[in-house]
Amino acid sequence: MAPAPIAPLSCQGLGLDLAGNTVLDALDLTVHAGETLAIVGPNGSGKSSLLKLLAGLRKPTRGSVHLMGQPLAQVPRRQIAQALALVEQQADTLDAIRVFDAVALGRTPWLSALAPFCANDRAIVEQALADVDALHLRGRLWGALSGGERQRVHIARALAQQPRLLLLDEPTNHLDIQHQLSLLHQVQALQVTTVVALHDLNQALTCHRVAVLDKGRLVALGKPLEVLTPQRLLDTFGVHAHYLTDPYDGARILRFRAP
Amino acid sequence: MTSRLPFTAVAAVAALLTALLAGTAIGESNLSPSLVGQVLANHLWQAGYAVDPIDAGIVWNYRLTRTLVAAACGAGLATCGVILQALLRNPLAEPYLLGLSAGASTGAVLVGLLGLGSMALNMSAGAFIGALAAFALVLVLARAASPAGNNAQVILAGIAGSQLFNALTAFLITKSATAEQARGILFWLLGNLSGVRWPSVWLAVPVAVLGLLVCLWHRRALDAFTFGADSAASLGIPVRRTQLLLISCAALVTAVMVSIVGAIGFVGLVIPHALRLLLGPGHGRLLPASALGGALFLVAADILSRTLIAGQVIPVGVVTALIGAPVFALILVARRGHS
Repeated sequence: MAPAPIAPLSCQGLGLDLAGNTVLDALDLTVHAGETLAIVGPNGSGKSSLLKLLAGLRKPTRGSVHLMGQPLAQVPRRQIAQALALVEQQADTLDAIRVFDAVALGRTPWLSALAPFCANDRAIVEQALADVDALHLRGRLWGALSGGERQRVHIARALAQQPRLLLLDEPTNHLDIQHQLSLLHQVQALQVTTVVALHDLNQALTCHRVAVLDKGRLVALGKPLEVLTPQRLLDTFGVHAHYLTDPYDGARILRFRAP
Repeated sequence: MTSRLPFTAVAAVAALLTALLAGTAIGESNLSPSLVGQVLANHLWQAGYAVDPIDAGIVWNYRLTRTLVAAACGAGLATCGVILQALLRNPLAEPYLLGLSAGASTGAVLVGLLGLGSMALNMSAGAFIGALAAFALVLVLARAASPAGNNAQVILAGIAGSQLFNALTAFLITKSATAEQARGILFWLLGNLSGVRWPSVWLAVPVAVLGLLVCLWHRRALDAFTFGADSAASLGIPVRRTQLLLISCAALVTAVMVSIVGAIGFVGLVIPHALRLLLGPGHGRLLPASALGGALFLVAADILSRTLIAGQVIPVGVVTALIGAPVFALILVARRGHS
């Protein structure tokens, strides 16, 4: 039997306590190469904390994270950043930085005194801007951008890192409906393994797999339609839900009612 | 941009040399630039010009030293302002934020009032120790208030530390100082370049240059903090180590400068903000530009402090505040239009 391929990212028995409260507990998760994995759960279920632990920004209280089979705690920060990029919610700045320069920050893990910013880096930054449909914003100042434009610039910066893994924390927040759809489509079209925390369960339905968090525990993991059952939605989110079929393309969509 | 670098460097050196020459020539008794040049030539390569020994003494031991120290202090304080603003993600951050100058004052006053040995030297040593003690206290307080390293907590801890040390200073002066001592201490607290001689130059200039070089080496890391510490970490910056190294660097530079010249405010605040407005936030350009700007600003402030009132020297910290506060107000308004 051939050995199983090394998972790009996985965690075992992951737990996090903050100020005496258990934020995450006993979390086992393996991300498959090339997939888009959605993380869903009510407010405060630990989605953002999980992404922070997976990106190595916080030290877990219990358990461990493995990146390409290596314990994350032993991988140097720079090497992590070459493999994995995280787009957080609401990272902001007061600096009058231009969009191009904000995206160029994504090249930081690849630059050094011996490898300064060169034409190749410039091309990568421009491609990243093009990937999120933001090339026309390149000369604009950060302060002059709308919320949705800022979100796209953040994602472009993550893409400029040329990561194999992309972690996104509610990337479609602040976006108008057109950009929500195009952004998710663009992210899913990228040749990178993606873990994305989502609020909109109908968006989660378009991902390869869905992980459901409830009070810091992983309560379900699998294909969207198998995981997001009406009973699960009632138990975890406290809403009644049933599936409708879109007459336009036959896609299944969720409709919710308060209990 | 690269092709403009040599030109920019030449212009920067020329501006600095002009300022140093002006700082040496202008004063209570104006000396001609050619006389200054002759004295410098005599000292640097034994040119052997016939110069009045009194003029030569003024130029070499008095004016040149204080101008060089002013330039080094200005450069050092502006550099510290840039790093603290970048790392703490707070536009109000500058050396004084961390309570460094307040701690330095307390240390200096403590030593000065205990009257140990030569007053000037020991006050400097006391200031240095006081600044580092205040820095340590502020960091411990910030850490206790927020283990995750919330940046706002560092600033609040800095304010608390400053108030504590300022109160201690006032208490010490009220309790122990004679009227004459109190006057001398207050003068020193407001920033005083009068006492500096060559040993201070050999301390201040290397510290300013080294501080700038260390920060320039980390310019990309400083850029990576644009969107906060977590963002810097996800860009591959070892955040804790970088913060510790660069903030310690800022603390040491400030402590050295304050121990030589006393508390000089607004350089670390006004210069980086003004240049950020002109050049943008990239640290590759902002750091050297701020160091140069700080040097020019403090040399100019020193010239003003010696010439504004005939026969009297105004503390240079008063001059920097008188210029700096309105300029900072203007920058605040300009920033609003900018962003």
